[in-house]
Amino acid sequence: MGLELKNLYDDFRDGNTIKAYAKIIKEDAKKLKNQINIMEVCGGHTHTIMKYGLPQLLPSNIKFIHGPGCPVCIMPKERIDHAYVLSMVEDVILVTLGDMIKVPGSNGSLQDARSRGSDVRFVYSPLECLKIANENPTKKIIFFAIGFETTTPMTAALLDAVIKKDIKNIFFHINHVTVPEVMRELIDSRDEHVDSYNNKIDAFLGPSHVSVISGSKIYEEFPRDYNRLVVVSGFEPVDVMQAISMIVKQFIEGRCELEIEYKRLVTYDGNLKAQELIERYFDKRDLFKWRGLGNIPKSGLKLKPEFKEYDAEIIYKDILPIGEIEDHKLCICGDILRGMANPPECTIFGTACKPTSPIGSCMVSSEGACAAYYKYGNLR
Amino acid sequence: MCLSIPSKVVKIDKENEVATVDTMGVQREASLSLMSQEDIKIGDYVLLHIGFVMNKIDEAEALDSLEIYKEIIDAMNEEDRQMAILEADECPNRGE
Ligand code: SF4
Ligand code: SF4
Repeated sequence: MGLELKNLYDDFRDGNTIKAYAKIIKEDAKKLKNQINIMEVCGGHTHTIMKYGLPQLLPSNIKFIHGPGCPVCIMPKERIDHAYVLSMVEDVILVTLGDMIKVPGSNGSLQDARSRGSDVRFVYSPLECLKIANENPTKKIIFFAIGFETTTPMTAALLDAVIKKDIKNIFFHINHVTVPEVMRELIDSRDEHVDSYNNKIDAFLGPSHVSVISGSKIYEEFPRDYNRLVVVSGFEPVDVMQAISMIVKQFIEGRCELEIEYKRLVTYDGNLKAQELIERYFDKRDLFKWRGLGNIPKSGLKLKPEFKEYDAEIIYKDILPIGEIEDHKLCICGDILRGMANPPECTIFGTACKPTSPIGSCMVSSEGACAAYYKYGNLR
Repeated sequence: MCLSIPSKVVKIDKENEVATVDTMGVQREASLSLMSQEDIKIGDYVLLHIGFVMNKIDEAEALDSLEIYKEIIDAMNEEDRQMAILEADECPNRGE
């Protein structure tokens, strides 16, 4: 049997395979002593889990906790406000990925900024900045960069091209975040609350595409230091079912290990060239604020000081707002992102807050937990 | 946003580090700047993310997974068949 593109799309979504795994898991789960709570860190997994109704296929002693994993969802208002202010500068074209279009800041979203006359462009790839810069030589192009480890090397590659081609009118506002730091924070903050939320995280479903870049090695500390096992899983429903089956087997056999389900793309080391690019251009910030979660040490990246001439955060520091902004009072995104509440528990879920008029960030991206529940949960 | 898509490499422009890839019949260009030149060949399956090839899909591993899936389905079907036989055997009035 040779591999074809069709395999990669259809066979990893095959209904019979999903059902077969459901059976295996049901049998195995009978041998579990306790309920196991699996946190899927990444919203891509949340999306798959909700779309294919996987919780209904699993026995009652296996539960999902939806994690924080969407760089769009966790973008705090402070950063959106930066983008908003930058986009209003006379000779600036603000460029960002399409996912950012609706995320509300305190003055509205970037889409609102555009309807109020600023030049904001939503692109599919950071490379489009090169073309925009070339076509608009008198303008300053600011790339508002977002994303986890998955997306960071692409920003680095753009900066690399800008430097090599000696382009003078592209700048960067960096909002890249990293996954292991937030996983640590989630374990620690939940452990503090363990009395009130007696559903601690037992295992993690490791984000697929973060590890395509970073390798599985970034999760090594979790089984070793935190006694939480990790299985790096692909995004397709069959991948997720296989990963759950692997998690259950570890519990039955009394193991606590880091395993890879997504072997067709993830290795222990990951993409070294991409990692090298990240290291060349970025440093860790001391703190980065996550929407709903607050400040998390070392969880964000910034440009290294030697590239400050490209750093919009430094160049425009006099006009960028500083102070902290509170999230909406009724929004419980913070608890949802910590895996302590489910979207329907929010009093404005599906009423005041919907994908077309999101109030909190989890309703914005299609991978946000609230948006996934709204779309697939039949809970309206 | 990280839901990257599998595609097949149909053309490589070494000089500009760009590949033309086929995503279910749609052709487009993707940057190879995150890959080592010698790693990517025409006919390879790759993962695409915001305009870049982010990695090659390991064909042997993918086929391995598909093989495992086939086996578990086959095993399940056998079990299902036996269940069906057992159920058919079970006369509702037995023991009456
Ligand atoms: S953007 Fe989506 S796919 Fe990417 S890490 Fe976030 S939730 Fe996962
Ligand atoms: S439904 Fe809206 S307001 Fe409520 S938690 Fe989700 S995003 Fe926040």
